[in-house]
Amino acid sequence: MDQQQQQSAIQGAKVLMVGAGGIGCELLKTLALSGFHDIHIIDMDTIEVSNLNRQFLFRRSHVGQSKAKVARDAVLRFRPHINIRSYHANVKNPEFDVDFFKQFDVVLNGLDNLDARRHVNRLCLAADVPLVESGTTGFLGQVTVHVKGKTECYECQTKPTPKTYPVCTITSTPTKFVHCIVWAKELLFAKLFGDKNQDNDLNVRANKAASSSKETEDVFERADDEDIEQYGRKIYDHVFGYNIEAALSNEETWKNRRRPRPIYSKDVLPESLTQKNGSTQNCSATDGDDSTTVSAMPLLGLKNPQELWGLTQNSLVFIEALKLFFAKRKKEIGHLTFDKDDQLAVEFVTAAANIRAESFGIPLHSLFEAKGIAGNIVHAVATTNAIVAGLIVIEAIKVLKKDADKYRMTYCLEHPSRKMLLMPVEPFEPNPSCYVCSKTPLVLEINTQKSKLRDLVDKIVKAKLGMNLPLIMHGASLLYEVGDDLDDIMVANYNANLEKSLSELPSPVINGSILTVEDLQQELSCKINVKHREEFDEEKEPEGMVLSGWTQSPATNGESASTSNNESAVDVTESSSGPEIASKKRKLSETQPENHKRETENVESEDDDDLVEIENPMTVSKKKRVA
Amino acid sequence: MDGEELTEQETALYDRQIRVWGANAQRRLTKSHILVSGIKGTVAEFCKNIVLAGVGSVTLMDDSLVNEEALNANFLIPPDENAYRGKTVAEICCDSLKDFNPMVLVSVEKGDLSARSTEFFEKFDVVVIGYGSLATKKAVNEKCRKLSKRVAFYTVDCRDSCGEIFVDLQDYKYTKKKLEEKVECELNFPSFQEAVSVPWKPIPRRTAKLYFAMRVIEVFEENEGRKHGECSLLDLPTVLEIKKKLCEANSVSESLVPDSLLERLITGTIEFPPACAIVGGILAQEVIKAVSGKGEPLKNFFYYDAQDGKGVMEDISNSFTS
Repeated sequence: MDQQQQQSAIQGAKVLMVGAGGIGCELLKTLALSGFHDIHIIDMDTIEVSNLNRQFLFRRSHVGQSKAKVARDAVLRFRPHINIRSYHANVKNPEFDVDFFKQFDVVLNGLDNLDARRHVNRLCLAADVPLVESGTTGFLGQVTVHVKGKTECYECQTKPTPKTYPVCTITSTPTKFVHCIVWAKELLFAKLFGDKNQDNDLNVRANKAASSSKETEDVFERADDEDIEQYGRKIYDHVFGYNIEAALSNEETWKNRRRPRPIYSKDVLPESLTQKNGSTQNCSATDGDDSTTVSAMPLLGLKNPQELWGLTQNSLVFIEALKLFFAKRKKEIGHLTFDKDDQLAVEFVTAAANIRAESFGIPLHSLFEAKGIAGNIVHAVATTNAIVAGLIVIEAIKVLKKDADKYRMTYCLEHPSRKMLLMPVEPFEPNPSCYVCSKTPLVLEINTQKSKLRDLVDKIVKAKLGMNLPLIMHGASLLYEVGDDLDDIMVANYNANLEKSLSELPSPVINGSILTVEDLQQELSCKINVKHREEFDEEKEPEGMVLSGWTQSPATNGESASTSNNESAVDVTESSSGPEIASKKRKLSETQPENHKRETENVESEDDDDLVEIENPMTVSKKKRVA
Repeated sequence: MDGEELTEQETALYDRQIRVWGANAQRRLTKSHILVSGIKGTVAEFCKNIVLAGVGSVTLMDDSLVNEEALNANFLIPPDENAYRGKTVAEICCDSLKDFNPMVLVSVEKGDLSARSTEFFEKFDVVVIGYGSLATKKAVNEKCRKLSKRVAFYTVDCRDSCGEIFVDLQDYKYTKKKLEEKVECELNFPSFQEAVSVPWKPIPRRTAKLYFAMRVIEVFEENEGRKHGECSLLDLPTVLEIKKKLCEANSVSESLVPDSLLERLITGTIEFPPACAIVGGILAQEVIKAVSGKGEPLKNFFYYDAQDGKGVMEDISNSFTS
């Protein structure tokens, strides 16, 4: 009987779950209820308050603890006799190698970033273990099945590219609020409070005046006895006033663009703020206070994070937040990176972005909205995760029964499409030009005389190809590798290689050279044909190199300042950017039918650019059946 | 309506969902009162979802005692006999649900739902009947419709790996975003009585078969005086007889309702947990939409079948005949 077969498939199964968050909690619960009793679960995160609206296995008292562990304990409470093994670790760790993955009958992903998904995809391919992938954002969700040789792997199709922005847009010509956020977060905040040794474009580009970057250094350096408020106003005037005036002096930039207006603190704020509300003097809190409770808003009488502040209020927050950093969190200055859960950092970045936006005529945003953009916050609800979890288990059971004809990619829509809210679609065959599962060689256009090996490693091998621990060979010559077992001489050698341009390497890489790039953990090997090119377009090809001949996957941590990755979004079958090499068998429809456009009714902020654009999967109409 | 602000605690807890439906919708949710009757796997999922969403209150009605079936499908019931002995399903679930979100008032109401007066339902904004009999669903729906206050009415039923949701929002106004604008829309929902008595002949051929199959099962359980799921393969001949009669009365071919589907529904009486999660999720989304007045609601039936993997909306009303 079918039921018997199903039950025995479930009972004999050993399952790996990657992720114990929104989808993970729902998934673990549904797996347990469905009769699975050998489950391993990996998650590197700890529990936060904002998780509790949907990660129902967690309680307030669990904040700070390991998600994998607490999820396990919670489920054991209603299914005490099942076996759950939890790992509080990063799935990219070397302990989770191909042999580890081989012990499982199916792998179920509940991840929130593209990087980890690609990594798991490769390990599943190497171990030949089926993978059920999933993702949710708000009311949208999807579940996909990946079985080596039978269906596409996770990377066979293009995933939506997270937005990255050319440096000049961020430093000189912003047009959207998100540009201002990136400026505030990755340039200004980093310059003031982050690692001083880091390169920062705020210096060079922003100050075009003949009086050198030396002057800029002076502005940001603060003498120990310098009055904090004065310092704050000096910074304010420099970045919002002086730098803007300097930029305006370059007529060419503004020929077809709206001119920004310089803003000076004396025109916006009263002479002295401490006279006005004596805030920092009244603070009885000492430097040893919990830094997470320090906040500018209450001191200014601002209570509602959804309220829109005007220029004056934003400026007050800017100065006050800056003062608080120096007064209360001095020890952290020089080591801070932006953290969306750091209230003071969020206040500062919001204010700074808003003032810049005001200057450039861009609409201002509330702290709530700004925080979402700066923190790449994914909006999420419990229901979508619960639905997706149910769908994952259904696919997992099919995989265990090897019911290949029944495998489906299922899309959870916000509005019915052809009456369907849950739309199953047959999976595609593997893409013959997928460099991950089909080993297609790639082509790299690069200036072999100017670009260094380091650029190749960072921008191509790690970012575009998603390799974690790469190894690069040119013929028999090993140019670069990473590993624990390397001796000092080798490491020194590789480090030296990194700083050389490609044509100057011990085994020179020039036009026509073929590189072999590998990641042993992922068991992935690629061949790259190198083609020398002299020039690259700064705007269109900001990285100075172009990789092609593959189904494009988005860059992670692109070199240009960006809002980094918001890949928690649904990875939908994206048809419109299919490359020229698309196999005839795939027959993806090229157009996005307008009548299926998603109605953006949920997020209050209208700025959809800040989230990864989700295309409606309804384009997938003609499919090649999985044999 | 948008009187008080959300507290700081609420804003922090609900941050991620406020980013989905907005602060106003969240405020309305925190003021809503939901009545839930009949708690098995799917309804347990539904309750978990709305409690997490932060509704004002959830009132549970289910006087059945905890049995093995309940233990299997309902993750709100801890498998500790000392904990559940002598308690009703509603009482046990109440304790578990409170844990998910201390800001939601969860309580138990004992007694028979169909015996309640019309005024009883006035306390609520939403009424959800799980696994109800035909008579109960009709009676409660009528009472809700009699009230001057609009009470949103839902039924949900899951058998084997299939599920049905019915929605009645009466005359419903809501906002929806079209392109960059907010548009005011209105829908008129038929009552439960009307929706299940629609003549079958004019209904489009491609309508989900589950609609018809569920109507057959409803009649069977009413005729035989059975509770939800109180049936087996032995009842198949009786069920097929009922199907035959209904098809004749409606002048439609018997092939409209596949025998295999009916067999599935009467033999697979235990809910399939993944289907519970899916149907319970969809139901919760609908209730959230209705309470917040934001977003286009399902009209008026939703069907899920794990066998074909589709979750479809069906609009079934007397408009087919007009």
